[in-house]
Amino acid sequence: MKILTLNFLTCARKACKAEPAAFPLHPRDAELEIVEAELNTEFLRNVLPRVEWEALRVVTEELGLPSLPNVAPEPDAIFPAASTAAAATANETPANPAPTQLLQDLHHLLLETTILSGKLVCGNCGHEYAVKEGIANFLLPSHLV
Amino acid sequence: MLPTPSTSHVSFDNVYEPAEDSFLLLDTLSSPSETAFLHEKFNNSSADHSEETTQNSSVPLVLEVGTGSGVVLAFVAANANAILGRKDLLTLGTDINNFACRASAKTVQTAITEAPNISSHGYFLGVVNADLTSSIRPASVDILIFNPPYVPTAELPSLSLHDDYNRISYENKTTIFERDSHLLSLSYAGGVDGMEITNKLLEQLPDILQPERGVAYILLCAQNKPNEVKERVRLWGSSWAVKTVGYSGKQAGWEKLQVIRIWKKPSLGDKCPIAGKDPSV
Ligand SMILES: C[S@@+](CC[C@H](N)C(=O)[O-])C[C@H]1O[C@@H](n2cnc3c(N)ncnc32)[C@H](O)[C@@H]1O
Ligand SMILES: [Zn+2]
Repeated sequence: MKILTLNFLTCARKACKAEPAAFPLHPRDAELEIVEAELNTEFLRNVLPRVEWEALRVVTEELGLPSLPNVAPEPDAIFPAASTAAAATANETPANPAPTQLLQDLHHLLLETTILSGKLVCGNCGHEYAVKEGIANFLLPSHLV
Repeated sequence: MLPTPSTSHVSFDNVYEPAEDSFLLLDTLSSPSETAFLHEKFNNSSADHSEETTQNSSVPLVLEVGTGSGVVLAFVAANANAILGRKDLLTLGTDINNFACRASAKTVQTAITEAPNISSHGYFLGVVNADLTSSIRPASVDILIFNPPYVPTAELPSLSLHDDYNRISYENKTTIFERDSHLLSLSYAGGVDGMEITNKLLEQLPDILQPERGVAYILLCAQNKPNEVKERVRLWGSSWAVKTVGYSGKQAGWEKLQVIRIWKKPSLGDKCPIAGKDPSV
């Protein structure tokens, strides 16, 4: 699973659903895998509005990855100006200016890094969900459902 | 016709093999009426989008519940441009069957990698081993797809040994035959009217769908009493709509299988009816 997947997951226990502390789940003892991918500026631009920055920042820090800025950066700080303007009309600009460091970091974090194994821990109830071979197990023993 | 993703690596001893129901979903999602509907909701290419529709430009999240072999999710991921009118897409799956989770993750990954660059920049979030949408963040899903266990059965499969059966490494407490029949029964057994699992999903739907543009595609068979199901959805209130958008196997005037679409009608005045539950505020 991707790091970004944690943006869309929460503790499976009913009692935790409405609790802010149940999000994001906290990775523990995580084994990461890096798979190189081509930089896709258009995708990153469209995905950022969906990213809960604070949750992503916390998870990134807990994984021991290079830290993100405290506050979500403005698109201008991430995307080189020329491609921002061009994106409205064309999907790809052949002569893209060099990507910013932040863009490269986000690309590495969101597209190239996956969680292979470890645990995801609920900050509200403490329940640990195992991740094995990239698949997280959210099935609860019947007394916890 | 858009290509059907390859599932040749999947062992169908314990994972549901793509069948008429799976293909009806593929056909429905790529039909002219549904692609028109989805383009309208999610495409982000038209230049005339004004300020208040900038929402359209954030990447949609597609969740398939009960991915099985992964054929449906892979189809959407690989053909994002044809289906939604945009290449970027987040895809996520859940299945109660661990073997299905692995199989479908591979199917989706392969389909995305092999898709021609013009058709998709699908971004695969993964498949999680979970009960329906229980581990998914509320209000986050733009498009939900479910081909449920819909066959009427005297009872639902017992989950008391599910943990043992669900282990990838065989531990000899049970026979492989028992394990595989348990896992396959989960793919079709639907209890009373074949609706017990689907009803649970329907209950979760209002919370899990994105409140403004969320839409769900759910497959039903004739024994599920589709008209009654649709009536019940209409009772959710006037902001909800439901419609049959695909069917197959007409028998004596009855459609054997159908796909219903359930969606939030774009609200004009009241912005977000379940604002209190929206975690993004
Ligand atoms: C009819 S099969 C559909 C498989 C695949 N989506 C397709 O269309 O070919 C139903 C799937 O739902 C899964 N399933 C059954 N109950 C579930 C539950 N409570 N939560 C998640 N998945 C479930 C089964 O394991 C099976 O893979
Ligand atoms: Zn919890």
